[in-house]
Amino acid sequence: MSPPLVETRGLTKRYPGVVALNAVDFTLMPGEVHVLFGENGAGKSTLISMLAGANHPTEGTILVRGEPVVFQDVSDARSRGISAVFQEFSLVPTLTVAENIFLGDEPRIGPFLDRRGMLNRALRLFEDLEFPISPKRRVSSLSRAEQQMVEIAKALHREVSILILDEPTASLTDREVDHLFAVVTRLKRQGVGIIYISHRMQEFARIADRVTVLRDGAKVGEVAMAETSESELVSLMAGRAITEIYPHIPRPKGDSAPLLSIRGLHAWGVHGIDLDVRPGEVLGVAGLIGSGKSRAFRALMGLLPVEAGQVTHAGLDVTGAPTRVLMARGLYYLTADRKTEGLQMTATTRDNLAQGILAGLPRRAGLLPWRAIRAKGEDIAQRVDIPPSYRGRLVAQLSGGNQQKTLFGRGLGSDYDLYILDEPTVGVDMGARAAIYGLIRDLAAAGKAVVVISSDLPEAMNLAHRLVVFSQGRIAAELEGEAIAESAVLAHFFDFDGDSAPSTAASSQGSAA
Amino acid sequence: MTTAPAKTAPGEGAPVHRTPLALLKGLFVRLGVLPFFLVVALVAFTALSDRFLTLDNLVNVARQSVYLILVSLGQMLVLITGGFDLSVGAAIAVTSVVSALAMTALAAVFPDAIWLVIALGALAGFGAALVIGLVNGLGVAYFGVSPFIMTLGVSSVAAGISLFLTGGVPVSGLPFEFGDLLGFGKLAGIPVPVLVAAVAAVLMWILMVRTRTGAHIYAIGGNIKAAHLSAIHTRKTLILAYGLCALVASLTGLLLTARVESGEANLGGTIALESIAACVIAGVSLRGGIGRVENVVLGAFFIVLVQNGMNLAQVSSYMQMVLLGGLLILAVIFDQIRYRMLLGAR
Repeated sequence: MSPPLVETRGLTKRYPGVVALNAVDFTLMPGEVHVLFGENGAGKSTLISMLAGANHPTEGTILVRGEPVVFQDVSDARSRGISAVFQEFSLVPTLTVAENIFLGDEPRIGPFLDRRGMLNRALRLFEDLEFPISPKRRVSSLSRAEQQMVEIAKALHREVSILILDEPTASLTDREVDHLFAVVTRLKRQGVGIIYISHRMQEFARIADRVTVLRDGAKVGEVAMAETSESELVSLMAGRAITEIYPHIPRPKGDSAPLLSIRGLHAWGVHGIDLDVRPGEVLGVAGLIGSGKSRAFRALMGLLPVEAGQVTHAGLDVTGAPTRVLMARGLYYLTADRKTEGLQMTATTRDNLAQGILAGLPRRAGLLPWRAIRAKGEDIAQRVDIPPSYRGRLVAQLSGGNQQKTLFGRGLGSDYDLYILDEPTVGVDMGARAAIYGLIRDLAAAGKAVVVISSDLPEAMNLAHRLVVFSQGRIAAELEGEAIAESAVLAHFFDFDGDSAPSTAASSQGSAA
Repeated sequence: MTTAPAKTAPGEGAPVHRTPLALLKGLFVRLGVLPFFLVVALVAFTALSDRFLTLDNLVNVARQSVYLILVSLGQMLVLITGGFDLSVGAAIAVTSVVSALAMTALAAVFPDAIWLVIALGALAGFGAALVIGLVNGLGVAYFGVSPFIMTLGVSSVAAGISLFLTGGVPVSGLPFEFGDLLGFGKLAGIPVPVLVAAVAAVLMWILMVRTRTGAHIYAIGGNIKAAHLSAIHTRKTLILAYGLCALVASLTGLLLTARVESGEANLGGTIALESIAACVIAGVSLRGGIGRVENVVLGAFFIVLVQNGMNLAQVSSYMQMVLLGGLLILAVIFDQIRYRMLLGAR
């Protein structure tokens, strides 16, 4: 038997305060599709980023065809035939498709660019892959699905023996997925090994040979696809006693009037949302990346233009109001991207918390009551459980967990009555997760309405009193209490796929039921 | 709090290393490159000229540095928001020309109410500069023009207008009282321009450290998206920063006009570059969000000190331009290194 294409031995990646990947052994054989499966933050992305040369292991070795290698960077890995398509696209929007595909590797005649050759090779590549995109188009004019296809074509344009695909189908329609799988099958036959990351379990049966399940940075199982079932995979993935980390959040009694009502909300990628949120309840929002679950709430918070529809808060129409006005009314949005739009990375935790407090101070001229602000900041730091010795440190120097707690603390600086939490535990360790869940429970118990938008399905399911599932910019289902089950939720992830009409749209009206 | 990001040592809570090198590194991360530059300059110029380190000379430097200190304070505001203002020089020129024209015109109408004439002339100058600042702010905040292009363009427009208004000839015939008070006047033995700069510095410190506006300016430069998500009116704050910067430059223009006793379109020629250099050397980050008033005062003082030292050491004025540009680039390189250390040190 030939040696594995790729093998890792005891591969470990540590960040300050977090072990992202813990002694993982992984093999990929020629002509095999090996699925990596696990929750967000389980270590899948860390593993593939190291295999693709984008990241360096703290410990452990990577072997390519039996030979130990150390990748300095992505081009190093590429020269060994490893090519990766990451979730975040690496396309230059202002260049054409062909220029993007050959970026950094442009064909030349003498010292000059061979533009015609580039175009012809791109055309041939797209014909081979049966992707219906003209290489002359600018990437900025392409849809997300088309960009995904270009990204894949870019990875395949040269000799590839190991292909890494990170959630490639997240934004594709059924027909496009069929295309992709045909390409994958062809590559398999040519002996290419494929590492495939996806949350869509029904895809595994179609293309996977083996599945490795990761949880909290460790490998918890490796099974042949032929010998396993979806339920086995799910139990491997969730594994831990879920009840231990998810707190019990008492349901509000009685049926209070909705605090926030959304009617027919349209925005970019959001095609008509009807939703009510009530005080004291935790509303879970699930759906794939690109399903519009985050965008719907960003639109109502004034971060995206509202195209149509109405948003009512406490009886007042606030459709299209500026973010600061909404915040003054008591709506808080916790961003999913703490680094680029949540925190001031070069300021300390104290300074960041002070900014949150400042937002809630009454608007009047004069000097700021810094002493009071500082005291309140210490209170909040205590509540979100940031040790005193960390409070004076720059946020950039803190672990993801403490950064997220700081971000959460900014929302506690003022008295909001509705908290919209977008991916509240993205990229944080288990300890911080538990702390954040505790805070969510406290908020709900204090009568605040909490919306938890999460791509982490167990999180959305276990925290929510009521769960809405987004698909294709619409609400595909609304589940309550006992009805919130993994299979029920997953089944709705792909509603409205293709261009089919909404099938169970009626359920989105059922908030009173 | 937000207003004093550098007050707390970044290494707080970490194991304490006390090797000399680590101490220097800590000093560098906290205060920037200024202390090191100051030491080098003092040593070098003291060695080059025995007149340099005398009380007389240092008092002289303090008096000369007033103008750069003022402009640098305004520049700092804009730099902290993450932009910069290349039009401060043009704001000075416009103020000088407009206020001088207004004063001479009004003096002909009200020859008896000379203080009213001066006040109205000053107001006209402030108004003209405020327009420059507001245009800068509107372009940057509402139309998303990069601060570089916006202020460069406005600078050309304003310089052109002030030359057009005067035809390139200085406006003379200002009231004597104007020059006597703001140019050469003394209060309790202290030159008026020094007093003005001191009051401005104190007010600026209060603005940045003790008011909501200051906190918002820091927040915008630190992370404008996060500021938006903290209910801050980011556009209004940006416009305010550019407006204040132009006003402070305008004040400088008025003081300079009083000093030269005429309205001149070529005042403030190199001050944009010098004020940016002063701020960056004083540890104001070009990425925004970081910078302190007291350091900026020192930074502007340092620039004038270096110019004074070079004069005493008989460095030609052409060579001085070369050195000043080099100093700015060096300061930016150190700023870059400092930023990396700030974020990288875990």
